[in-house]
Amino acid sequence: MSDDIQPIVMPKWGLAMEEGALTSWLVENGAAVEKGQEIAEIETSKLANVFESPVAGTVRRLVAKEGEVLPVGALLAVLAPASVPEADIDSFVASFVVEAPTDAEAAGAPVERKLGRGGRTLVFKAAGLQNEATPVVLIHGFGGDSDNWLFNIDELAKSRPVYAVDLPGHGKSSKTLATGDLGELAQAVVDLIDEVGAGKVHLVGHSLGGAVAFQILRDRPERVASIAGIAPVGLGDRVNADFVEGFIAAQKRKDVKAALQLLLSDPDLVSSQMIEGVLRFKRLEGAKEALRAIADRNLPSGRQTASFRDLVEQDRVPVMIVWGERDGILDPAAAQGLSSSVEVVRVEAAGHMPHLEAASTINSKLAGHFDDADRR
Amino acid sequence: MSKKSYREAIREAIASEMRRDPRVVIMGEDVSGGTGAAGEQDAWGGPLGVTKGLFPEFGPTRVLDTPITEGAFIGAAAGAAATGLRPVAELMFVDFMGVCFDQIFNQAAKFRYMFGGKAVTPLVIRTMYGAGFRAASQHSQCLYPLFTHIPGLKVALPSSPYEAKGLLIQAIRDDDPVIFFEHKVMYDDTGDVPDESYTIPFGEANITREGKDATIVAFGRMVNFANQAADELKRDGVSATVIDPRTTSPLDTETILDSVSETGRLVVVDEAHPRCSMAADIARLVAEEAFDDLKAPIKTVTAPHTPVPFAASLEDIYVPSPAKIREAVLAVAKGRS
Repeated sequence: MSDDIQPIVMPKWGLAMEEGALTSWLVENGAAVEKGQEIAEIETSKLANVFESPVAGTVRRLVAKEGEVLPVGALLAVLAPASVPEADIDSFVASFVVEAPTDAEAAGAPVERKLGRGGRTLVFKAAGLQNEATPVVLIHGFGGDSDNWLFNIDELAKSRPVYAVDLPGHGKSSKTLATGDLGELAQAVVDLIDEVGAGKVHLVGHSLGGAVAFQILRDRPERVASIAGIAPVGLGDRVNADFVEGFIAAQKRKDVKAALQLLLSDPDLVSSQMIEGVLRFKRLEGAKEALRAIADRNLPSGRQTASFRDLVEQDRVPVMIVWGERDGILDPAAAQGLSSSVEVVRVEAAGHMPHLEAASTINSKLAGHFDDADRR
Repeated sequence: MSKKSYREAIREAIASEMRRDPRVVIMGEDVSGGTGAAGEQDAWGGPLGVTKGLFPEFGPTRVLDTPITEGAFIGAAAGAAATGLRPVAELMFVDFMGVCFDQIFNQAAKFRYMFGGKAVTPLVIRTMYGAGFRAASQHSQCLYPLFTHIPGLKVALPSSPYEAKGLLIQAIRDDDPVIFFEHKVMYDDTGDVPDESYTIPFGEANITREGKDATIVAFGRMVNFANQAADELKRDGVSATVIDPRTTSPLDTETILDSVSETGRLVVVDEAHPRCSMAADIARLVAEEAFDDLKAPIKTVTAPHTPVPFAASLEDIYVPSPAKIREAVLAVAKGRS
């Protein structure tokens, strides 16, 4: 059997996923696919998303049928060069065995950890702790939580320790804030870095989390190995107030849905489970007040209060900026005109959440960025 | 956040509200778990252990064991609510509610209306319902349609531990009488429940599955059966939306009608008897408000019009099942375009 045959299997999106439904194929037999190309739509009981090919190659067989529900790890398709005979593809499909997740994989799965400081709790996920390389800290945006990195954390944790924080006022962390300013949010992340015993870390910040990463570079540059800002706050002047205010005010499913749809280039990706997830956060005592305080400090009346353009251009550490071209929250034009030391990556088919909408592209860009920074 | 049982979620809701508000008291048969008798205090904590641990923390002035006199203590709770406390009364089995209908239907439900809006009645009555417990016909009924029928009462039917905590805290903070239905076979069900307090507003349905071929509206324990059926139906190539209204009064009619306008097909799942039930009520709503959206006749999946049987084999086929829900959905979805 040829070694050139590559299986495409049902992905595992998050700890709870056991099976998924292949809603539709986006490629045909014989198509040449790139790594990261959208090849199928997959739906779980929690979410629906496009599945990006983990490898490049030629599609030789679409094994899974549209509408079929299959366990994680089940064979979806086979990629192989045209030179591989059909008989080899047949026997590959016939002999394919779904592998149960190994203990090592289970051991590398994200675990939840807590850290107490002055009566408040900071909750974060940790993954890939068996790795030696410089750790990565993922910082979500306004109203988000560590689950925003669902499509990134496992991939990044293959080669590095990864920590995904729930910022103060968000997710499972305490909702009480001193002021909600960037200094407070940045200090919480530094507390996490201290807690896990890391010297320097690669910071990845999305949206407001990008501004938190820049703030850490300003306050504690000795702890920062590199920064990747995904549609970060702090480079432009404006923010879509309809989103910020709509997200804070929304109490009903419909209003939450309208706010979330502003985040994505494909509004159909907003599922009932995502909406209920946001409502679950917003129902928690103190959550709404925390969002209000953070918005008033950092994103009042459609404005961004912090500017980090000068800091970013000082080239103290490698900085990469990623932006979805269809971002409806923060204008991608903010990445224009930065000094050449800053690597700017534009993602055409993504809105404000490129790490969700174009996950494998972003994952490989991030991995390359971390490796380059480590060599520098 | 951690995994908690339905029982723990309910206990956590009561305890956190008692800590937050000194006006919250609980009362009922055996809620303090054996006080007044010789031997250990707090040995049990309600018939199924839901209130265990509350007596040691809050003491005899806020955890009140009552005699077996439902009419008396539900009446006392209604009066206490009207005069400044926020009582959470436990009426063990909803089947016994009949002996205090006057206190609930004629008194608690009417105070706000008959006293010109000047009186509020922040009363919660917790009660167990449902079959599947081998408890025979006098301890297994689903009487929520009776209470839904009475204006002035609110009726909550939590379908999971998360729902139980958030809906009960909302019930305790609500200024109207709330009948809070706990399904007795769900106490050991577990799920993610935040440690913090949170409220789930009444009258806002949850959508637990999303599909385009049919809408399933289900209540209480039946939400879980409907979810199982929807997951099975995916293998049949049928995608169904599942709606958990959370409260039957107030009822989120908008979410139901919006969904039926998208799917054109409706199945209602109700563990109660079929006549004058939530199944009949939702079918009436959709037939009246969304007839033109329907592509197939409405189907209901309910218990039969007969008392809950004691024979285990009969009780098992008495309760609606995921298989029956699946059959009903396949029947309405047949011939879909």
